[in-house]
Amino acid sequence: MTDKIVIENLSLTYSDGVESLRNISMGVRENAVTVLFGPAGGGKSTLLRCLNRLNDLTEVRTSAGRILIDGENILDPKTDVIALRRKVGMVFARPVVLPMSIRQNLTYGLELAGEKRKSRLDEAVERSLKLAAIWDEIKDRLDDPAIALSGGQQQRVCLARVLALQPEIILLDEPTSGLDPISTGKVESALQELKKEYTVILVPHSVQQAARTADYAAFFLQGELVEYDEGKSIFTTPREKRTEDYVTGRFG
Amino acid sequence: MMRRLRLNRHVTERLGFSFLTLMAVVTVVPIVAVVIYILVQGMPAISWEFLSGFPRDGMRAGGILPAIVGTFYLTIGTAVFSVPLGIAAAIYLSEYAADNALTRLIRIAIINLAGIPSVVYGLFGLGLFVLFLKFGTSILAASLTLSIMTLPVIISTAEEALRAVPQPFRTVSVSLGGTRWQGIQRIVLPQALPGILTGVILGLERAAGETAPILFTGAAFFLPRLPNSPFDATMALPYHLFVISTQVPEMPPQVQYGTALVLLVFVLGMNLIATTIRSRARARRQW
Ligand SMILES: Nc1ncnc2c1ncn2[C@@H]1O[C@H](COP(=O)(O)OP(=O)(O)OP(=O)(O)O)[C@@H](O)[C@H]1O
Ligand SMILES: [Mg+2]
Repeated sequence: MTDKIVIENLSLTYSDGVESLRNISMGVRENAVTVLFGPAGGGKSTLLRCLNRLNDLTEVRTSAGRILIDGENILDPKTDVIALRRKVGMVFARPVVLPMSIRQNLTYGLELAGEKRKSRLDEAVERSLKLAAIWDEIKDRLDDPAIALSGGQQQRVCLARVLALQPEIILLDEPTSGLDPISTGKVESALQELKKEYTVILVPHSVQQAARTADYAAFFLQGELVEYDEGKSIFTTPREKRTEDYVTGRFG
Repeated sequence: MMRRLRLNRHVTERLGFSFLTLMAVVTVVPIVAVVIYILVQGMPAISWEFLSGFPRDGMRAGGILPAIVGTFYLTIGTAVFSVPLGIAAAIYLSEYAADNALTRLIRIAIINLAGIPSVVYGLFGLGLFVLFLKFGTSILAASLTLSIMTLPVIISTAEEALRAVPQPFRTVSVSLGGTRWQGIQRIVLPQALPGILTGVILGLERAAGETAPILFTGAAFFLPRLPNSPFDATMALPYHLFVISTQVPEMPPQVQYGTALVLLVFVLGMNLIATTIRSRARARRQW
């Protein structure tokens, strides 16, 4: 197994002076679920938003370091961010379906990329909905407004919408924070399938979810990467006291 | 004791409620009264000849076609300039401009522009379009003047409509490999369109009813024919109403009220379209 993503000495300070990432270095494995966990404000979302350059939309005061994806530094100003975002898909905490039909939600990214052939679009809709484990539930109502779906269904449509672009890396920022346990279970098992083909980075909404899903896990505390290890060991035998306190629920 | 208290509270609530209802009715009465009055007084004047003929007999008889057509042209002319410019400015302010001293200044200017009396716009139009740019007293000069007056309304309502579209739509669009413009074009604009249209129509409606801005810039006292180029002056409903109400002796009142009625229908018709668009869009909204 190789590192799909290599983060080197990444630091980031927002325009209000908050240092959200401090000298982060880590590699992210291909075909595995890597979990970023830790208390609120640790910088997990910030790190995700660096990986697809979504932070370009935010006012950032300083940033330093490199992020290599397949060996290329994506923080380089010359990076084609549009292509990068197709390759690195993102699912947000609150499901945001676009105000259009389910089908149009799924084809939105492809159409932006210039895909017009109906057969290709239909194919992508079916494939991605199956991958997101929601095809059987909604295959007969693809032309209904996406907003009419339940929250859990919407979140899986959002996941499918990312998958339709055939990305290589999938970022999920607390994707199940608003979902019931059954929907959460469906998303989690979808992730286990997805990691066979993709590199998955997940910010879980609880330590329990981190422990359930992680192949590798990184513990973030106030912008610092405290500990990074295989999920098996970090949740059972953490090396750092601070990790242990958090994992055992003694703070946060 | 408790009973009395509860009863009192109940009575107070009832009284307060009745009072508010009364106030609401009081505000509506004058509006309805005006409409009914104009309708009753003006209806007898309305005939095919009145709507499709030229004024005769020193405007005391015949029709008001040139004024109707003129108001129509001025409204279209105003739309041609103010709608694209206003929407573009609103998109810039809502979607692209950073929140800095310059954009704050622009916003303050827009708010204040909306408060300037319309006769001042008229004088400005006279100076800039009629005299300096040598458009003469013309539909073009009058439309441009009305456009400047209408722009603040269109810009501020359109900006509001754009801002009402949830921010996450834009973020999601970008995260799916869209440019900012693609997100605006495919999601934000379509979602904001009903609100924008409402603003546009309300702005144009005001322009259609104004006299002062066109007084020096494009309105003609009387024209025996329809204008046939943007450089012609034109008759217009509000100005015609002013003329026949103040400048022509022995004017039959029903012609005045007939003209007022046509103007009212024109403006209320636009209003009705705006309201319909808005309520249809509300019902269909997906967020
Ligand atoms: N757009 C922004 N502008 C300024 N500061 C920000 C911005 N986004 C995040 N921050 C700050 O950066 C720090 C890290 O935030 P981040 O959202 O990355 O944390 P997180 O680990 O995802 O937390 P949570 O578990 O609450 O989602 C916080 O102190 C936060 O206040
Ligand atoms: Mg977060």
